[in-house]
Amino acid sequence: MVGIPTFLHVMLIWVPAILSIGLSFTNWNGFKLSKISWRGIGNYKQIVTVFEKDFYEALLNNLWVLVFLFLFATPMGMFIAYLLDKNLKGTAIYQSLLYFPVVLSLAVVGFIWKSVIYSPRQGVLNTLLGRTDPGNQIDWLGNSDFVIGLTENYGLSRNFLALIAPMMWQHVGYIMVLYLAGLKSVDPSLREAAAIDGAGEWQTFRRIIAPSLRPVNVVIMVITVITGLRVYDIIDVLNNPIGTNVLSLLVTESTSGESSNVGRGSAYAAILLALCFGFVIWYLRSTFKEDDA
Amino acid sequence: MITSVRSRVFAQIFLITIVFLWMIPIIGMIISSFRPYSETSSDGFFSWPDTLTLSNFSGAWERGDMLRHWLVTFAVLVPALFLVLFFSSMVAFAVSRYSWKFNIALLMLFTAGNLLPQQSIIIPLFEIYNRVPLPEIPFLVNSGELRGSLIGLILIHVAFQSGFCTFVLSNYMKTLPKELNEASMVDGASLWRQYWQIILPLTRPALAALATLEFAWIYNDYFWAVALIQNGNDLPITSSLRNLSGEFFTDDNLVAAGSLIVVAPTVLIYILLRKQFIAGLSVGANK
Repeated sequence: MVGIPTFLHVMLIWVPAILSIGLSFTNWNGFKLSKISWRGIGNYKQIVTVFEKDFYEALLNNLWVLVFLFLFATPMGMFIAYLLDKNLKGTAIYQSLLYFPVVLSLAVVGFIWKSVIYSPRQGVLNTLLGRTDPGNQIDWLGNSDFVIGLTENYGLSRNFLALIAPMMWQHVGYIMVLYLAGLKSVDPSLREAAAIDGAGEWQTFRRIIAPSLRPVNVVIMVITVITGLRVYDIIDVLNNPIGTNVLSLLVTESTSGESSNVGRGSAYAAILLALCFGFVIWYLRSTFKEDDA
Repeated sequence: MITSVRSRVFAQIFLITIVFLWMIPIIGMIISSFRPYSETSSDGFFSWPDTLTLSNFSGAWERGDMLRHWLVTFAVLVPALFLVLFFSSMVAFAVSRYSWKFNIALLMLFTAGNLLPQQSIIIPLFEIYNRVPLPEIPFLVNSGELRGSLIGLILIHVAFQSGFCTFVLSNYMKTLPKELNEASMVDGASLWRQYWQIILPLTRPALAALATLEFAWIYNDYFWAVALIQNGNDLPITSSLRNLSGEFFTDDNLVAAGSLIVVAPTVLIYILLRKQFIAGLSVGANK
């Protein structure tokens, strides 16, 4: 009963995960198995020297996604959930509409934003800004100048910011639903007791609601981080414009085409795994803590 | 809870503004998909529509070869959905209804597996798929290997999604009274009968919620498909939109119409089963 599902899961998820780490220390082009040779940490060395620009740009872009999700999308989803929890008029409609983007494939979301919002000739943004005439257009997805420049070579490029927007658009609804479910599970008698004791709104939230939401907060944190590290579809589907590389794309880029390098691709994959690992453990610990049955 | 009228008015204004902003891409997609490109590009996006047409839809349908890609999607989706719920419910039954040495460890393995980034396992997975020969089966296996076959795609969906489903189902099954197992054991019911006839029917609400959620997730998959399938004809529908963009010129309204066609099934399911969708996610977050 457990055998076949577990075999499938282990063979297709965990074995490849471990092999990714193993292969990251080798030199291999992906053809004959006998051609695999040990390379030690050579691939990692190469990543921080020869491929330094690609690597740090991608790492920084992943970080930007996290920064924007954590600073804006996640708190906004939580705040909206908090408002919706008050059972205002129209709550059901607001919730359904805000959750709507989450139902859509991020790959399709890329096309929707590209054609509706960012289209240089007739998109919503250029129309609002009066910049639709040829020669005067803003190319939202093509311009890789920095909005926030950290150094000469690294920063947040305009087109990457343009790609973060639809990610946030989706993330807000997701967090809203998760957090709302948490809020609904708070024991109502606690709130009543707080109200009788004359606790104000902020006090009730800080002292009563927030502490009982700790497990949901962990889920939200972990989901936000994993989402930030998994970003792939929306960038790939728009043909990976210059300035928008992320770690997950480096994995597939290093193993496609003529100069396929399984060792280096696996090293990127192993770095991705390592970045997730701590959060996965944190999640497991929080979820299985009082769990022994 | 809310005390003053002022804060209630503020909350309403805030929510209406956000909802309005959030709907712009969707409304924009719907409107532009019915308008000819020549009109929107010359008169502007916010112009009053002179002509409404279905030609964007027929154009996208043909150029995207959408019927074929839809068939591929459902050929993958239907078996994957059944298998993932069947497999996960068995594992969930075993780990939640019985205490044995490794039940928690097994559940953790499944839960953690679903949190790994797909891209971090793709290289070895691809190489494994490359080395598993399969007999040719029309439509399902055209490549002679697991790689490039729809069977391979089904298997990875089942393996990956079973992590989340096992977690959710075991949380749900834990809430069912323990006496159910004991009583049925006294009656001499086999393990299989306990699972199939007693526990599974009681798990129906969780299965329904998961089925809607997984429908959307598997339908929306882009990565597994483009990474494991090389033949463009065998790609599911979410990746077929790429065919609508030209190298030098892209008809935005055609792309909008294509996007609308592609999202239609998930949107339909969402409208019909909204509660299930939200319940599925909520069970995952709160045990």
